[in-house]
Amino acid sequence: MLIFEHSHAGRRAQAQAPQQAAAADDLPAEFLRQQAPGLPETSELDVVRHYTRLSQKNFSIDTQFYPLGSCTMKYNPRACNSLAMLPQFLSRHPLADADTGQGFLASMHDLQEMLKEVTGMAGVSLAPMAGAQGEFAGVAMIRAYHEARGDHERSEIIVPDAAHGTNPATATMCGYTVREIPTDRQGNVDLEALKAVVGPKTAGLMLTNPSTLGVFEKTIVAIQKIVHEAGGLTYYDGANLNAILGRVRPGDMGFDVIHMNLHKTFSTPHGGGGPGAGPVGVSERLKPFMPIPYVVEDKGFHRWAEEADCPQSIGRMSAFGGNMGVLMRAYIYARMLGREGMHRVADYAALNANYLAAELSKAGFELAFPERRASHEFIVTLKKLKDETGVSAMDFAKRLLDYGYHAPTTYFPLLVPECLLIEPTETESKQTLDGFVAAMKAVKQEAEADAELVKSAPHTLPAKRLDDVKAARELDLAWKPA
Amino acid sequence: MPFIPHTQEDVAAMLQSIGARSIEDLFDEIPADLKCGGLEAIPAGEPEMTVTRLMYERAAQDGFYLNFIGAGAYEHHIPAAVWQIVTRGEFYSAYTPYQAEASQGTLQLIYEYQTMMTRLTGLDVSNASLYDGASGLAEAVLMAVRAAKNGARRVLVPGSLHPRYRAVAQAVVKNQNIELVEIPFDPASGTTLLDALKSYEGQPSAALVIPQPNFFGALEAVDLLTDWAHANGMLAIAVVNPMSLALLKAPGQWGGQGADICVGDGQPLGVPMASGGPYFGFMTCKQVLARQMPGRIVGRTVDRDGKSGFVLTLQAREQHIRRAKATSNICSNQGLLVTAATIHMALLGAEGLKRVALASHANTKALIEKLCAIPGVTRAFKAPFFHEAVLRVGSESGEVLRALRAQGILGGYALGRDFPGMEDAILLCATETKTGSDLDRYAQQLERILSRRREAPPCAYKS
Repeated sequence: MLIFEHSHAGRRAQAQAPQQAAAADDLPAEFLRQQAPGLPETSELDVVRHYTRLSQKNFSIDTQFYPLGSCTMKYNPRACNSLAMLPQFLSRHPLADADTGQGFLASMHDLQEMLKEVTGMAGVSLAPMAGAQGEFAGVAMIRAYHEARGDHERSEIIVPDAAHGTNPATATMCGYTVREIPTDRQGNVDLEALKAVVGPKTAGLMLTNPSTLGVFEKTIVAIQKIVHEAGGLTYYDGANLNAILGRVRPGDMGFDVIHMNLHKTFSTPHGGGGPGAGPVGVSERLKPFMPIPYVVEDKGFHRWAEEADCPQSIGRMSAFGGNMGVLMRAYIYARMLGREGMHRVADYAALNANYLAAELSKAGFELAFPERRASHEFIVTLKKLKDETGVSAMDFAKRLLDYGYHAPTTYFPLLVPECLLIEPTETESKQTLDGFVAAMKAVKQEAEADAELVKSAPHTLPAKRLDDVKAARELDLAWKPA
Repeated sequence: MPFIPHTQEDVAAMLQSIGARSIEDLFDEIPADLKCGGLEAIPAGEPEMTVTRLMYERAAQDGFYLNFIGAGAYEHHIPAAVWQIVTRGEFYSAYTPYQAEASQGTLQLIYEYQTMMTRLTGLDVSNASLYDGASGLAEAVLMAVRAAKNGARRVLVPGSLHPRYRAVAQAVVKNQNIELVEIPFDPASGTTLLDALKSYEGQPSAALVIPQPNFFGALEAVDLLTDWAHANGMLAIAVVNPMSLALLKAPGQWGGQGADICVGDGQPLGVPMASGGPYFGFMTCKQVLARQMPGRIVGRTVDRDGKSGFVLTLQAREQHIRRAKATSNICSNQGLLVTAATIHMALLGAEGLKRVALASHANTKALIEKLCAIPGVTRAFKAPFFHEAVLRVGSESGEVLRALRAQGILGGYALGRDFPGMEDAILLCATETKTGSDLDRYAQQLERILSRRREAPPCAYKS
């Protein structure tokens, strides 16, 4: 039932609205609404009960193991939430003077410094509100850099075919043409293909490392050099930063710009789709172009750097500077981890991924890159199972839901047929992973014995398999009373 | 180890299964010379208790103020139930609802949100949200250019729009050779100068942006502007405060045909100000533009048993499918904030939201009257306003605001930063959260500060 169907004419949550104020009879009628918007008429209890029940229809990290590859679904510590929501932080207006927010601004500055250290970059701006916006900022900086040097011929961004869809989409948004290059059989960027496409038109390369295939680019320094020698800049997509945190630094590898997904590596909540935070780190030569605002410190006083401080900035990503509450959560998390906690993230993320890969391999699952170390995630391909039983990766994923496990990522990366991309994260115990292996085995046996059971899954969730085709063909995007 | 549950026995058993001697072995594919040092600039880890104390201290350092700043972020009462439900783990720690059957809670909530937003704005289709109002406008500009039948890459943007919105739109669209042309505002009314539009008649532009209320809180002649845009072959992009729509005319009803795209910041609907975010941008549009829309969209469908259920739909527009040809690179929505707004709207309903709008309007009106009774204080613009207005105080507004701040009052936003010639102007806002005595306190302090400045003007040599 929808909240609208709980509506009862004349009912209100009395305590939540202010007293009736005078009518706005000073405003001419042409500006006013004639008919009230059709919002629900409900009591506080109606609303609390409805949305509490809705929440119970979700899988979440707090209720299930969530090995969704490429998404880093690690535990979101509760203290990060409660401390970021202290009333002084929540009630501060974004345009209030810096004097009124030294506690907040010091936290943001500390976070910038920590992110600089952990990435090895020369500067960090917290402005981008998500990974995709961080990518946008990064590529826009690459463009601004070339333009500032009067180098207007560079019109292409090189993107490996294994990349997330945001990479090519971002390059397009920044006015670039995308040159896609293939991946070799070992899961590495094809160096010969890269050499063939770089040239005077190359503005830059966007590289995800470890790649979406779950392996470290062994030739990353060579890749870098090829692009730099052609006059292009290098972009490090930090989507998989969890795998290398405290172990290697993109700055040390010579990258010009990186974005980080704090909702992955720094454990801020995914919130059913957002908000995220996608800070960017840059090399010395890109510092003048960083998006504003970012925090500057002068003799212990913190304030936002704005247009006047950085005239070459690519500009603003949002009206007020970013997803501050998310950044606060990341900061609190980073303070609890500390310097010695950073590398432990990568250590145990790698341990869990390699253990899970080993156990699944022993259980008869085919790894896409069996000869490679898993980074923090790895790929299982179900192509053989599909050929033998007709059970697809999607069917398999849906059946796992019945066992109480969120499905791994399916059909991404696009290069591996019938794939499951599995990322356990460092916060799961061996016992949880063992339970997941048992469920994977059980589903595989079911697929072999009774394929229809798996193909028609899920069976125990609030909804059975949903019809995506009907949803797209007969658009129903807003409720209308029958 | 913080947030890592492994015992030594677990680690040993896991390494044995992998066939590795140590965790170090798991990184043997990384070239040895790349391995980094000890991250000395990062402080040592602290337990939750210590970090709690640190954050309490920092929060106390920031304190509380009596706030009259609006300018795109508004202080409203948020019912306790809103964030208690939002931070339930099932909403808080869920991912994007790609596995629909395991995400019916989030999906149904977004469908309800979309319905509420279409009703509030009077348009047909809503997406599941964008980052914030300003980046939402940038996306609306890109969308209008994609949809423009005349192929124009120019969008008209009034000078009365929030300057930060213009800055963000500029930063996003400039790389695609889209030109934003500024239309001046009338210095007497504070609203878009209709005569200035005349020179753009007959010249192809993709859209006209129409803010309501505009940055100065003033009400624009939205019917005329919308009709003008349509008569000249442009789309009309409305930029609105969603809370105001409980009182003000819905963009879908503007002029003869209604605005085509509506965007704005959803912050006034249950989202705390929090130094600037996270907020959410909303976007609604007419049905014909639905497939040009960026961002996630939830649709209702049926499951195998014919039972109603919800999925992400129209994904063929999005980056994970279309890659370089997607409508946008956006890959998230501001899910938790949409959750807050949906619960907030359900709790307040149309009547509650209208009360908030009316009380905010009445408080701002009362504050303006009190302040304008002070010698030297006048209204800058004569157009009707919603819940924000501009006052001229006859003295450099930054200094006046600093003096107010010393009394615990944030008196408004100094317009001189963005509008040359308005160095003595303050944009202020009194929402429903302010009481009569709050307004009196502001008036008393402002009167005291201004009279002192008249009697003893600040020394010209002192900064």
